[in-house]
Amino acid sequence: MSKTTRYSGDEMWKNNVEKIQNSELFTLTYGSVVSQLCRDFNNNYQEVNQQLDRMGYNIGMRLIEEFLAKTGAQRCQTFKETAEMISKVGFKIFLNIQPTVTNWTQDGKTFSLVLNENPLADFVELPMGPDNRICRDLWYSQVLCGVLRGALQMVQLDVDVWFVKDVLRGDDQTELRLRLNKFLKDEVPAGED
Amino acid sequence: MKVYSCLILNKAGGLIYQNNVNPGLNSLSSNDFLVLAGTLHGVHAIASKIKPIPSQAKDDIGVTNTHNTNTNLIATGKSQNANSNQSGLQTIETDFFNLYIFQTLTGLKFVIVTSPNPVVHNLQPMNDFKSISRGELQKQYDSTVKLFRQLYLLFSDFVMKDPFYSLDMPVKSSLFDMRVKELLV
Repeated sequence: MSKTTRYSGDEMWKNNVEKIQNSELFTLTYGSVVSQLCRDFNNNYQEVNQQLDRMGYNIGMRLIEEFLAKTGAQRCQTFKETAEMISKVGFKIFLNIQPTVTNWTQDGKTFSLVLNENPLADFVELPMGPDNRICRDLWYSQVLCGVLRGALQMVQLDVDVWFVKDVLRGDDQTELRLRLNKFLKDEVPAGED
Repeated sequence: MKVYSCLILNKAGGLIYQNNVNPGLNSLSSNDFLVLAGTLHGVHAIASKIKPIPSQAKDDIGVTNTHNTNTNLIATGKSQNANSNQSGLQTIETDFFNLYIFQTLTGLKFVIVTSPNPVVHNLQPMNDFKSISRGELQKQYDSTVKLFRQLYLLFSDFVMKDPFYSLDMPVKSSLFDMRVKELLV
């Protein structure tokens, strides 16, 4: 295959950004979706989290094809490798960030992704009400959890993804956790080694 | 190489897309295409079951082959071939047509039917096996690798990003049709 058809993560990101012209538009669109959901569900933030997660799930199930088509990633042999792949390749080409993989549990089935920067929340400050409920209940970037869950399910990995910390809530960092429930071995397409 | 037809199968073996990009094949009814898709899906799966058990000697080579292919991708971000069809049916080569199957990690299959291998005159004897690891006859196979990559990219853009497309259902997108034609004609 000729060299011109191979791209590195940086180039893929650049190509993507050129396509959408302006990445702020994306940040702003996401912001308006979240705030609209808050209004639609009368500030029932648990419900908003759920909706965002569901939206992300549907995105992830589709996005995985682009990820595979662009990178040509093959099946990861270990969950550790999956973690590296998500942070160094996945987040890199779609959001141009590289979260830190950390906090592995002993059994190697749960880890954390620490987002040093979060493009979804570039201009966001959660409104401080008297009861501060929004800071307690809303996970502003919950859509990311859904995306990861949907994408991994399509490559036969059943995972749970949730936020444990968010700088928007006043935490020291933004951290989400991934837990591998099951590798759906029976659903692996025939023909792989 | 001329591409006659292009099919896309979902992970259950159902035909979700079919496009006769270049005329030349006997016309099949849409039902025949469904049967063809189902048959290929089955034969592909069976083929992966009847591959020989790797012998000890082959294992030595196998070690370098199964050496993790993702390491390079993770380290450098350089993209690689997305085909995950390792042990299933990959090609059918006949005097009248060739058929190639590309499979993604998610279980989609892209199938193209092309003109047969060209008749090669004056085949070079393969004295130096290492330097000509790929013979003249492999050239057509190699060129499909590139086509499949492009096709998969088109699919991920024009089908998966269509908000009104539902997963695993037949693709009815004229935009995608147009792009596939542009690529394969």
